[in-house]
Parts: sequence; structure tokens; C-alpha cells
Amino acid sequence: MKKIEAYIRHEAFEPIRAELLDRGFPSLSILEAKGSGRQKGVVEHYRGSTLTVNVRPKLKLECVVEDKDKSMVVETILKHARTGDVGDGKIFVIPVDEAIRIRTGEEGEEVLQAHSEEEIAA
Amino acid sequence: MRRRYAVLLLASAALTAMLAVPGAAFADSTDLDKAIAGKLSESVGINSLWVIVAGALVMFMQAGFAFLEIGFSRAKNAGTVVAKILMNFSIAAIAWWACGFALAFGAGEVIGHSGGFFLTNLGPISSTVDGLTTFRPDFPVMSLSDATIESKFFFQFAFCAVSLAIVWGTTLERIKFGVYAIYAVVFAGVIYPLGAHWVFGGGFLQAGDWLGTGIVGMQDFAGSTAVHLIGATGALAALLLLGARRGKYGDDGKPRPIPGHSMPFFGLGVLILWLGWFGFNPGSTLNALDGRFPEILMITNLAAAAGVLTAIATAKLKSGSIDIGMAGNGAIAALVAITAPSGYVEPWAAPIIGGVAGVIVVLGVYAIDKYIDDPVGALSAHGLAGIWGTISCGIFTAPRLAQYNAFGDPNGGLWYSGSFDQLIAQVVGLSIAFAFVFTMSFGTFWVIKRAYGLRVTPEEEDAGLDISEHGMYGYPEQFIPAPEYPGGGTALGTAPAAPAPATAAAATQMAADSPSGA
Repeated sequence: MKKIEAYIRHEAFEPIRAELLDRGFPSLSILEAKGSGRQKGVVEHYRGSTLTVNVRPKLKLECVVEDKDKSMVVETILKHARTGDVGDGKIFVIPVDEAIRIRTGEEGEEVLQAHSEEEIAA
Repeated sequence: MRRRYAVLLLASAALTAMLAVPGAAFADSTDLDKAIAGKLSESVGINSLWVIVAGALVMFMQAGFAFLEIGFSRAKNAGTVVAKILMNFSIAAIAWWACGFALAFGAGEVIGHSGGFFLTNLGPISSTVDGLTTFRPDFPVMSLSDATIESKFFFQFAFCAVSLAIVWGTTLERIKFGVYAIYAVVFAGVIYPLGAHWVFGGGFLQAGDWLGTGIVGMQDFAGSTAVHLIGATGALAALLLLGARRGKYGDDGKPRPIPGHSMPFFGLGVLILWLGWFGFNPGSTLNALDGRFPEILMITNLAAAAGVLTAIATAKLKSGSIDIGMAGNGAIAALVAITAPSGYVEPWAAPIIGGVAGVIVVLGVYAIDKYIDDPVGALSAHGLAGIWGTISCGIFTAPRLAQYNAFGDPNGGLWYSGSFDQLIAQVVGLSIAFAFVFTMSFGTFWVIKRAYGLRVTPEEEDAGLDISEHGMYGYPEQFIPAPEYPGGGTALGTAPAAPAPATAAAATQMAADSPSGA
């Protein structure tokens, strides 16, 4: 199991979410993040004085998948998040030891993605 | 540094001197001499006081528009509304003083031309012909009120500023700030004064029987057409050239809601506007001592109440929820609709007029949203409701009030007279006003679009107008702006150039490493 953490632009999220859902990966989380990198901060002008906000807002997208699905998810993120300009963000892939679904107590790769409608009915 | 201040001081002294030149004519244009001599009659004092109080209430509507628009904007576009309202109000004040008032309320069929530019050459204070005394006869439509000309000027200026504020409701979150300044001068100096002159400033539509058509005079007591429809028509022209906000319409062409960031602000705005209308309609009597204003205030309130209720009911039936925004839109629409008939109808007609407006605004917002992006619903609340209000005079005007106001068919509207005369006059009048304002506004915005541009860039729009146009956030601490400028630029272009795309190369490598692919 791998955890994929991607820091992306806000506007990249919606196409990524739509394609991952399409490919059968509905389970993910996003968090509002602020960070710094090569992209510089924002200069504000407040009543005659300037102030620089050194961190910029990003979205952090988190998603845990089976090993075999990792590259497909990563590529989906790359496809939509890359504009070619500084500030597109980064992706980190981290190994995950265990996964437990709270509702049922199931363990392992079974729990990673939501069941489809038919599976729940069955 | 000190030198710069000296230059500034000199410049302001020069400006003051320039302004003082027309000021020299003030001596003959005020009641100051009489007031000093203690001869200002009680009637003049009381009526002027009422007109100024009403004008101040109408001025307060600027706060209502500000809160309403801020509430319906996203947080990244909250601060810009404040700057816009302050600047527009101020430009309108100067333009109205320079020429707007003279063009709108001087005597003349098409254009007022009997004086009043820079509030000078105001003519005689009063004249008595055949035992009827009129005050400031050079401004005939207001001459039955003995309130001082300054109070009438201020009251009518506040109306002009309201009309201008309505224009920008459709343009939130994407318009360039400079556009406000250019159009405001044209609107407050020419477009509004001409339209208002025809409809309620003594022009041909109000006088009736123009060009020998035999059409009776148009009735618009406080400006459903003259203020609200004219403002909404400018808003329509702006919107057609400006286009929708990014992301409003998906690839499938279907509209998506872009929720505003504060319903409490929106609600405060609606309530301030509602309060302001107690100056707007009752103040249009320009007279406290004829005792008409309390009845008009009551009629205004009845209509607004009915509008809220029908708007809530209509939205509940259509969408299944009790819609907060629609409740507010219902109040505004009903107030707009009752503006024209408020001085012409009996109280029983007010809830009907307001109630119909509440239904119209909800259906109008649903219908308009499918095609063009009007963030606050100004086209429905001020445009469609303004049309309905103007037409409703043709149906519900009571004979006694038509005769009292001395405009239009003395037999009243369709309900009383069984005649379509007044209805026809209303429809023709609002059509002419609409056509004129739309043509003028579309032309003005078209020229601005060609010469200066109407919209900010897509990157600036994503970042929000607060940071891109004003260099600061409306909510600096809590607010997390959505997207930023690709390439590391900032609103002010001070950031360094983008370095080599090392990240992109690394990312490609990462993709190449993965064996299975997609």
C-alpha cells in the first residue's frame, strides 16, 4: 500500500478528482495548505505600507492505494496539475503499513477504496 | 519631500479658487439672505428638512448595496466593492453638480436647459401666476414644493447614485476597476439625467401628448423606470459585453452556482435598502406639509412585505428549500415595483403589486441564470420588477391620486377607468427609456472595451480582485486566496522571473519510472 500526497494548485483539483473517480478511485482527502517553495510569496499593500506573505495557498491531496495502482494515480495527478510554471507543486509517495475500515473492522487492501454500489448491495 | 507637499498645497489652493468662481453666484441662488434675516418661512424649513432627511436615507442605500454585493461575492472579491461604492458615489456627486441636475430637472421637452449647471443660474426663487405660486419655476417639475433648491438637488443626486450603483450588480468579481470611473462620468452626467428627465423630470414622456401622438403622460412616482430600470438596463449592456465569471458555465453549458461568502452581510444589505426606501418613495413628495408621505411609506412597506412572502413561497415550490437569497431578492423586487405606483395607488393595491414582484423576481433569476451571469440578480430585481412596477401604474392608479399628482390619465388606471390609455403610456414610456439607455450604455461599454478593456485577466480573476486590483485582501488573516499567478508573478509584477523547469523534469522522470503506466 502507498500513500500519495500531492501539493497542487486549487484549480487542478476538480479535474483530478473527476478522472480518479472515473478510474475507480473515489476515496481521497484534501486539505487547505499554505507553503513556500520556488514560487515567491504575495506582496500586499496596506494603507501605504507593503507586506509580503511568504507562503502561498495550495491544496494537499491525500490518497492511499494498492502498490499496483500507484503509478496510474500519480500520472493522473501529473496530467492535470502540471502547467509548466513554477508553483505546480510536488507529489510524495509513502509506504503504508496497515489500513482498517472503522465501520466494519476489515483490514488490508480491501478497505482502500469505497465499494461500488453493487458490492454494497451484495 | 517638503517640496512635494508645497506643490500639493499650491494645487489644492488653485482648485479651491477654481471652485470658488461658480460659487460667487451662490449669493442669488440660496435662501441664505432670507434665512439670516429670519424670514425663511416655517413651511420652507419643514419641507426642506423632510427632503434632506429622505435624501440622507437614500444615500444610506449605498451601504445597503455595498453589503448586498459583498455578501453575494466570494471573499477574495469583498474589499473591491468598498472602493467601488465610494468612488462611484463621489464621481456621481461631482457629475450631478456639474451637469446632471441641470439636464434632468431644468425645463425642456427632451433636455433640461433652463440653468442649474454647477447649481448656478437658478432663476427666480418664486413666481406667482394667476394666484398660483411656484418655487424655482425654472425647475418646473419640482416647483410645487417650496423646499429649497439645494435640498431638492441633494435628494435627486442620491437617486442618481442609486441608479449608478444598480448598474454594477451584474459585473461583480471580474470587471476592471477603471471601467467604473469612465462609465460613471457618462452615466451620472448624461445617460441618467436624460432618461430621468423624460420619465420624471418634466420631459416629454411625463408631459404626455408628445409629437402629437395623444399618449397620456407617463406615471413614475419615484423611479421604477427612471432609477431602477435605467440602472438595470446599464447593467444588462455591461453584462452582455463583459461575459460570465470563469467557471460559471461548465463545458456542457449548464450554469453552476458560485455561492457568495456571507449571507448575513447580504441580509444586512437588504434591510438597509428597505430602510432607505422609506426615504426613496415618501421623500419623492418633496413635501412634508401636504401630508402624503406617511401613506406612501405605509404602501411601500406593505408591498415589500408581500414580496418577501411570495418570493419565499415561489422559491419553496420551485426548489424545495426556503431560500435566504430569494427572500431578500423578493423584498428588493417588491420595493422596486412599488416605487412607481407608490404615490398613485390606494393601499389595497400595494400587496398585490409587491406580491407579483416577488414571484417575478424568483422566476426571473432562475430563467436569466441559464444564459447570462448576473451574480446578485439585479436584472430581475431591478429590471423585471421595475418594468412590472411601471406597468402596474397603468392598472391600479387611483383617479384621485392621478388628479392630485396631475400626471397621466385623470380617470386612473385600467381597474378604475376601463381604459388602456394609462397602460399604453406606461409601456411606451418604459420601452423608450429602455431603448435609449441600452443604446447609450452598450455604445459606451463597447468603446471602453475597445480602448481600455472591460475584464481583468483570467489569472487576476482567479486570484481575486482584492489582491490583483487593490494589492490587498479584504480578509487578510482568515482568507486563503484560491489560485495564484502561475509563473510566480504577483499582482504587482515584482516577483522574479520563473527559474528553469526543474520540477517538471523531475516529475516526468517519476512518471517514466513507473512500470505499469496508466
